[in-house]
Amino acid sequence: MSLVAVTVLGTDRPGIVADLTSALAATGANLEDSTMTLLRGHFAMVVLVRADTDPDALADALAPLAADGALAVDVRALPEGHGSGADGASYTLKVHGADRPGIVAALTRVVADHGGNVVDLGTRLSRGLYVLTAELVLPAGVTPARLEEDLHAAARAVGVDVHLDPIDDDLL
Amino acid sequence: MTDTAAPGPAWRMPDLPPGHVRRVVEAPDPVLSTPGADVDPADPEVVQLAADLLATQAVSPGCVGLAAQQVGVAVRLFSVDVTGHAKTKVCHGAFVLANAEVVSATRREKGREGCMSVPDLTGDVARARRLTVRGQLPVTGEWVEVVTDAFEAVALQHEVDHTDGLLFLDRVAGPSAVHPRRTYL
Repeated sequence: MSLVAVTVLGTDRPGIVADLTSALAATGANLEDSTMTLLRGHFAMVVLVRADTDPDALADALAPLAADGALAVDVRALPEGHGSGADGASYTLKVHGADRPGIVAALTRVVADHGGNVVDLGTRLSRGLYVLTAELVLPAGVTPARLEEDLHAAARAVGVDVHLDPIDDDLL
Repeated sequence: MTDTAAPGPAWRMPDLPPGHVRRVVEAPDPVLSTPGADVDPADPEVVQLAADLLATQAVSPGCVGLAAQQVGVAVRLFSVDVTGHAKTKVCHGAFVLANAEVVSATRREKGREGCMSVPDLTGDVARARRLTVRGQLPVTGEWVEVVTDAFEAVALQHEVDHTDGLLFLDRVAGPSAVHPRRTYL
């Protein structure tokens, strides 16, 4: 069984998730992690599936989804393993301010320079207001106060407000 | 007028027999989704289960509460002990409640919860930070009200949910509110 990523992008309509997952189930592929959202009415989904079928055969099985040209479907094999950089303390990064090019680049560069890893990120533009929320994982040795100081400096440079807050996992 | 819940319980947890450590079951074990039956808090088996919950909780690092469902028994009984936790304000020490229900719950705030029965995931859950729970003490069966706040309030709601057959996964704030667990105690 290999791990395969299926990416679907395109114009939203009711039934895309049902059509995609039905087609995958028909091949015997098992859905594992997935995420889906609408961005300005555009459907965006990434699904990790465990499949016996090779990626080309899976792509053939999913081809009807893309037949009318409204959706693009990409299928690719993924290496096993969890990658690196996701162990450490979690923080939320919240940014809002007047829109301009380069806000995400400026702030995530600061995070990267401190060794922090972005593990979840979303942005919204509403008229002139730009809003970013992200979850960061900071490995041991990163000083959150110093990161916060540099984030504030970067935020001032691009004219936005920034807040960094720890996330505690409480075992109940 | 202060901003804290009434300090100190008007009741005392009865003494229990020595407890035994039980195995903690993990989701998707169906017992975790089974609403608990009411119990007779004076029944010797219930009293022993109460002692076992506290004993099992005590040997589980970071664990601040344990419900009967988590040791495989679908009844309305749970233990709580938030003593010493950094987020604890009002604290009633180690106690067990039977047949407990939430009487009032206010000041909801979102926090990230993990559970011994869901070892690899956490979730963002909005819970009340001011809480009154009514339940019976084991041994005596006395009905008591626990008026609390902050972390003890969150722990009590999590455990009452267990006795209703609910996991934190049933309470999460949305599709982006379930996360891989990164820290293990």
